[in-house]
Amino acid sequence: MMEGTLPRETVLIPRAQVKEPGPPMDAHQGGRGAKLSVRGLTFFYGRNQALFDNTIDIPENRVTAIIGPSGCGKSTHIRAYNRIFELYRDQRAEGEILLDGQNVLSPETDVLDLRRRVGMIFQRPTPFPMTVFENVAYGLRLHYSMSRGEVAARVEKALRDAALWSEVEGKLDNPGNALSGGQQQRLCIARAIAIEPELLLMDEPSSAIDPVATAKIEDLIESLKRRYTIVIVTHNMQQAARVSDYTAFFYQGRIVEYGTTKQIFTNPVQKQTEDYITGRFG
Amino acid sequence: MAIIDQVSGTTASYAPKSIEKASVERKLDLAFKWFTAAAALFIALIMAGIVANLIRFSLPAMKAFGLKFLADSTWNPVTERFGAASSIYGTLVSTALAVVIAVPLSLAIALFLVELAHPAVSRVVGGAIELLAAIPSIIFGMWGLFVFAPFVAKYIEPPLHSTLGWLPLFQGPPMGIGMITAGMILALMILPYITAITRDVLQMVPPVIKESAAGIGSTKWEVTWNVSLPYGMSGILGAIFLGLGRAVGETMAVTFVIGNDHRIAASLFAAGNTIASTLANEFAEASEDTYRSALIELGLVLFLITMVFQVVAHLWLRRVQKTSGRR
Amino acid sequence: MQPRSIARRRAVNAVISAISGLAALFGIFMMGWILYEVIMRGARAINWAFFTQLPGPPVSSGGGLANAMLGTLMMTALGAAIGIPIGLFAGVYLAEFGRNGRWATAIRFVGNLLMGTPSIITGVFVYTVVVVTAGSFSGYAGAIALAIIMLPLMARTSEDILALVPNELRESALALGAPRWRATLQVIFRAARNGLLTGALLAIARVSGETAPLLFTSLNSRLWSFTLAGPTPSLTVTTYTYAMSGYATLENKAWAASLVIILAVLSLTVTARFVLQERKR
Repeated sequence: MMEGTLPRETVLIPRAQVKEPGPPMDAHQGGRGAKLSVRGLTFFYGRNQALFDNTIDIPENRVTAIIGPSGCGKSTHIRAYNRIFELYRDQRAEGEILLDGQNVLSPETDVLDLRRRVGMIFQRPTPFPMTVFENVAYGLRLHYSMSRGEVAARVEKALRDAALWSEVEGKLDNPGNALSGGQQQRLCIARAIAIEPELLLMDEPSSAIDPVATAKIEDLIESLKRRYTIVIVTHNMQQAARVSDYTAFFYQGRIVEYGTTKQIFTNPVQKQTEDYITGRFG
Repeated sequence: MAIIDQVSGTTASYAPKSIEKASVERKLDLAFKWFTAAAALFIALIMAGIVANLIRFSLPAMKAFGLKFLADSTWNPVTERFGAASSIYGTLVSTALAVVIAVPLSLAIALFLVELAHPAVSRVVGGAIELLAAIPSIIFGMWGLFVFAPFVAKYIEPPLHSTLGWLPLFQGPPMGIGMITAGMILALMILPYITAITRDVLQMVPPVIKESAAGIGSTKWEVTWNVSLPYGMSGILGAIFLGLGRAVGETMAVTFVIGNDHRIAASLFAAGNTIASTLANEFAEASEDTYRSALIELGLVLFLITMVFQVVAHLWLRRVQKTSGRR
Repeated sequence: MQPRSIARRRAVNAVISAISGLAALFGIFMMGWILYEVIMRGARAINWAFFTQLPGPPVSSGGGLANAMLGTLMMTALGAAIGIPIGLFAGVYLAEFGRNGRWATAIRFVGNLLMGTPSIITGVFVYTVVVVTAGSFSGYAGAIALAIIMLPLMARTSEDILALVPNELRESALALGAPRWRATLQVIFRAARNGLLTGALLAIARVSGETAPLLFTSLNSRLWSFTLAGPTPSLTVTTYTYAMSGYATLENKAWAASLVIILAVLSLTVTARFVLQERKR
């Protein structure tokens, strides 16, 4: 258990519905438990099918990268994990996504609590129109009742963990969108980790910011993975090779290959994977 | 629930909001959605109410006069004989006049704003024209009655009379108060709306198309006339219908200067009335049921005319948005 | 085959350009003329008494229109208190929940129809509903008529402004676990605050100059009306009545009232536009 963990109540689901986690995808996982298991996930935009029978295990406390050409369904896939797609009427998902054995797609799962446990960082930085402090405190105040002192302590901790504290210390009352692009994205990361999620989803988190800021975020990911399970979608293969432990290659809505990053990038099994890695398409 | 907070080492006094609160949140969310839906539905309710009440309160007059109401130009509160013909005539003529005057002006101004003016000038002039749209109807009425009507009587009607007086349109004494003044003021009032939409339409023409025309050697006007205007014609027509819809319902400005005469006269110099001006002038004093009902039936007719223009404008403009891919 | 004269085409172009310039000048000139007359004639007739006293007898040039100003303020405020919130939440429904659904499209269309309804017809409607039922004219009826005019305006503006808020901001709030109503009220409203304020100000500016809907709802009065029950004076209706009265003294007061009206409307409009500009920066 980590230091100063926030107390949590798990959603109670009748025992009959708790599934045994499926067998690990690969021996490479070395017996580590899967934090999240996807079984047969299919996804539709209206009548168009975007994901076809995705099955994958996301290992705990590791960084899993999802790569593939644009339009292959990477973002769609992880957006099923926190059911953010439910904002849009014509999008729907079928199949099972088991977070610690409980199916998050089931209507009995409380989606607000799900989103407390699964955090998401978006492609473009999305600071709320509030001060830096209020941004980070937002999630805390949403899910917990705590004294002002505790909120302040947790905001500082989150900002430190997001490697932003030194740049905003003393300036917490400045508006969030007065920060630079890279700083805003780290602010969003601080905001997400303030409520101590178990799983952190990052949807192309550095595609809208400059290379120097990108490097800072990649270092951040490296330090965060000790406490969180991270899934990062990226179209930048070098980034995937740098930060991730495991990589999944998506193509046209299907998972083509999944394995350790080392194996995928040096010795891919599928020809499609090899073609993508070597830049023959995408 | 007391928990040892490992960050500060003290007894934490916070507690997670319990899970049963989640179902409260879900109910709140549903309530919120229904609340906003109710607000939206309220709009439809009001509209339905307007239609229903207009019909309901016109029934006595409809029963008394039937369809003849639309063709009869008599308007006699004493004998209780009412006919909408002069009001409908006045409404249509004043509106037609307004459109005939405003449309060429608007096109010219829009052309100036989009093609000819320096961007800074365009913004200032455009802003001034937009401000014209903010001026309330009653101000137009005051200015119309006390300033413009005398001006028209002195400087516009006599020349028209001497040059075009052989037309029945321009006969009769130059009073200032009358159909032509009303038409001109209405034109001024719908000018900013038509200009704004035409300007937007012209700006939406893809630059490449204009450049192609210019590249062949067209003058600026030729590009506009041959390319931009046909390209944006649907939008411009939609704008005109919108302007028509507004002009038809304009009340105060017209009431001040049209003279409130329930006759159909051929001359534009003569006084007349519109549905809106009649309502404004007479509704408060109408005491008998038939009188009031006839007035409300007039209102119903006005409402229907406005609706027709609005629906046509809506359909036109939707076609424009579809072809330009804006939606 | 004959070449078309370039000189002639250039001449046509020049003439039309000149006409366009003249048209623009004409537009500005008319605008200026109207403002000039209102300011000149209004300023001549305005004095301290105008703002503080009740109307005197028509033949005297004394007295003021303080009661009418109060009446307009109260009815506009009440109308705004009713029309703006309902319009705002209708806009929330259209932008956040309804989106492009069938119901939302239908309501948008009906909203456009309501917006295009002549304000005098709105007055007739409120007459049939409120005045007839209550048996008397009242400031409440006037306020309700104004609210009905503001309603679709505010709904349309709110919807447009809220739709401009990027989806990712919405998703960020929801991804943190915020329920829909909190995300809307705490995050999206704040992001759209300037635009919504502008919409409200413009709606208020629009109705504060309205005359027709008040003609047979609130009617008019020469006395103070502090409660809005019973006929309530307003600046606009008073202007109309005075202008048509035939008395020069009253006509002067009408000009003074017109000046106050136009100053109020234009300053509200310009403030609203200015607020919007601030946001764009």
